[in-house]
Amino acid sequence: MEKFRLFPVQASTLAPEVDHLLYFMLAVTVFFTLLIFGAIFYFAVKYRRRSENELPHAQHTGYTLEILWSVIPFGITMVMFTWGASIFFTASRPPNDAIQIYAVGKQWMWKLEHLEGQREINELHIPVGIPVRITMASEDVIHSFFVPAFRTKQDVVPGRYSTTWFTATKPGKYHLFCAEYCGTNHSGMVGWVYVMEPKDYQDWLSGGAAEGSMADNGKKLFEQLACNNCHKEDSSGRGPTLVGLFGKQVQLAGGGSVLADEAYFRESILQPQAKIVYGFEPVMPTFQGLVTEEQVVQLVEYVKSLGPKPGTGPVDTGQKPAAKKSSIAGSAPANR
Amino acid sequence: MITAAPQEREHYLNASHGLKSWLLTKDHKRIGLLYLATITLFFFIGGAFATLIRVELLTPQGNLVSSETYNKLFTMHAVSMIFFFLIPSIPAVLGNFFLPIMIGARDLAFPRLNLLSWYLLVIGGAFSLFAMIAGGVDTGWTFYTPYSTTYSNSWVIATALGIFIAGFSSILTGLNFIVTVHTMRAPGMTWFRMPLFVWANYATSLIQVLGTPVLAVTIVLLFLERVFHLGIFDPARGGDPVLFQHLFWFYSHPAVYIMVLPSMGVVSEIISTFSRKAIFGYAFVAFSSVAIAVLGFLVWGHHMFVSGQSLYAGMVFSFLSYFVAIPSAIKVFNWTATLYKGSISFQTPMLYAFGFIGLFTVGGLTGLFLAALGMDIHVTDTYFVVAHFHYIMVGGALMGYLGGMHFWWPKITGRMYPEGWAKLSALVIFLGFNLTFFPQFILGYLGMPRRYHVYPAEFQVLNVLSTAGASVLAVGYVIPMIYFIWSLRYGKVASANPWGATGLEWKTSSPPPVHNFEETPVVTHEAYDYASLMAEEVEVG
Repeated sequence: MEKFRLFPVQASTLAPEVDHLLYFMLAVTVFFTLLIFGAIFYFAVKYRRRSENELPHAQHTGYTLEILWSVIPFGITMVMFTWGASIFFTASRPPNDAIQIYAVGKQWMWKLEHLEGQREINELHIPVGIPVRITMASEDVIHSFFVPAFRTKQDVVPGRYSTTWFTATKPGKYHLFCAEYCGTNHSGMVGWVYVMEPKDYQDWLSGGAAEGSMADNGKKLFEQLACNNCHKEDSSGRGPTLVGLFGKQVQLAGGGSVLADEAYFRESILQPQAKIVYGFEPVMPTFQGLVTEEQVVQLVEYVKSLGPKPGTGPVDTGQKPAAKKSSIAGSAPANR
Repeated sequence: MITAAPQEREHYLNASHGLKSWLLTKDHKRIGLLYLATITLFFFIGGAFATLIRVELLTPQGNLVSSETYNKLFTMHAVSMIFFFLIPSIPAVLGNFFLPIMIGARDLAFPRLNLLSWYLLVIGGAFSLFAMIAGGVDTGWTFYTPYSTTYSNSWVIATALGIFIAGFSSILTGLNFIVTVHTMRAPGMTWFRMPLFVWANYATSLIQVLGTPVLAVTIVLLFLERVFHLGIFDPARGGDPVLFQHLFWFYSHPAVYIMVLPSMGVVSEIISTFSRKAIFGYAFVAFSSVAIAVLGFLVWGHHMFVSGQSLYAGMVFSFLSYFVAIPSAIKVFNWTATLYKGSISFQTPMLYAFGFIGLFTVGGLTGLFLAALGMDIHVTDTYFVVAHFHYIMVGGALMGYLGGMHFWWPKITGRMYPEGWAKLSALVIFLGFNLTFFPQFILGYLGMPRRYHVYPAEFQVLNVLSTAGASVLAVGYVIPMIYFIWSLRYGKVASANPWGATGLEWKTSSPPPVHNFEETPVVTHEAYDYASLMAEEVEVG
């Protein structure tokens, strides 16, 4: 059992930032609370009714006062808004050099998979001091990936990919919770995040019983599902070639283009008719119901491994707002 | 049993007798009492669920009920309390009873519609009660999809149908109030002479009329997907789960203001009466109600900062959420300023008003934390949110309701409640409330997620404190229930104006005659004009 405490541990780069904002907001709100309570208490005692017939003088509206106590609080809340938004921006944009890990939420467990092929259930091992980006999918209902010690939370919405990231700052063992109510055993959908020294993490990665990397497993699936009958290494197949595709703009039939990112790959596997590549026929069958989200992410990793630059792409570039924005839009297939 | 006043003067309670005279009444005062009986039933049903929840959370393990049952308990607690207690509470009971009297009208504009509204609440409540008895519902009151449409094996449709029907009760009440305020004011009762309680209920009615239809549409869509498998929200059928959240919160955020605005109106009446002074900044307090009603429609996305809506949508909703904080702050500052150089007395309604200001201030200020994007990531969906909205909806709305019940009880029944017991219970409720919900702020920041049946052992101490507080709170709620009933027979007979208040409701006898006034009142003074009230009293002798 963890020990009783009144304040959560700080174990990520984000945690102290959120806590500083907390201290500021606590200072402001406690000040105003004491101001109001103090005034009420003072007035209530000083102006208590002393005789049944007393009649206080009526006051006229003090416009200066009304304006002051509207404008000053508003100014202070704008500081809160700006401060909060700036933290949110940081928290929403994974840096370039983040390690990629996949998570799939399903009633009622977290399944995690590292690129090297290690799989975990309700446990996540990560290195300290290195940014980790988690791309998440749900097999059924909405879940939410919440690590209080990191001050991060992100809903995992079925039908799209969600992303969160963090850089752990302190080795240790931290709670992982599902924070969005997901049915009967919602409160059992919990686990632990183990933050390790990078060397220990490397040992852990190589010590596990992984059966090939995610991309390798994706390649096997790709062949089992006969994807390679149409998607060939050259342009001779009935489907477009996937070599060098990741991170490129794809021209679509009927005009327009789409960024070839994880969300696009997922959609193309599950709803192949949604976007047809220019020059190709809509002949691909859907794989909805035939592959699980876990298999989809392996396929996605395989396609990413075909280049141009495995592991990176426009989606990962934290400095380019435009690219990030398109990935958000692209991850919402039902919005169009 | 309500006994007649000793002098056997005819009033709305003794003018006719028998069940039929109540069930077919078109008198807004009697309909108010029908609502009172209905929502009190749901308050105690919801309270029973809350009790079971708090007892279960005494220990980290789930050892009182199963997870399935626990999930149903918190869902049905919220459904009972929100849709069948808090939303109807002040408007349908105190608003129904007093809004017409306070503007000098004989009744609401549409008395038959008013009776229909009550029947709709009863029918809706019956559906939801049936669902609870038949097996319950486990989706959370938020009914998030695709859980509610595809995965839940509980009584989703019956519950939602109950809420759908009760929604029309709310819409029709709002409509009735709006028309009444526009068309039925007594001679001389100009808009800016209206008591602030009327302004607050008017603003609330706007939300009820404009917001509730969206809830109805959302429930219909939910029904279509769950029963006919139309793909609207479930991504497996081509829908979007986040769309449901947008629709749901477009109503349900403004619904929070349906619950708390009328309480603010009550508090304005009480603060003025018990400091014997006009509310400082009357126009600002009146317009802040309307501002809250309007701005409340623009902030729903702040419930969805981590749901996958875009970064920029999150920023806009965060920004707008801070706007809605300002009219609430204006009210609190003006109430405080009203006390300055007043003549303050400390009867029970005033204690509740102080309690309201204290708890609402904490609830409102913690809302600022939740509106800050970077902070919300950490605290959303934790007990911090649970504590925050209970401070608003129980600390705020319910304290206001109880304050109003004490304030107007002499007028409604013609009897005084026992002051000593009432002060004691107000104190017990205030202390019990804080002990219940303050630890939950800390639990939330520590990271305890809401809706958890089983929780890590390090959270137990704070949960035990919370449960201890809840048992104090329960005692605080039972005491008024007992002495209110006791006072019907044994309470001191109330005069027409026991508090020395200025509203028109205090110019008529207690309890009021069937048509509210012996003759149509003519209003010649501003609201809260204590000088002329006291001058009149001197004249009358």
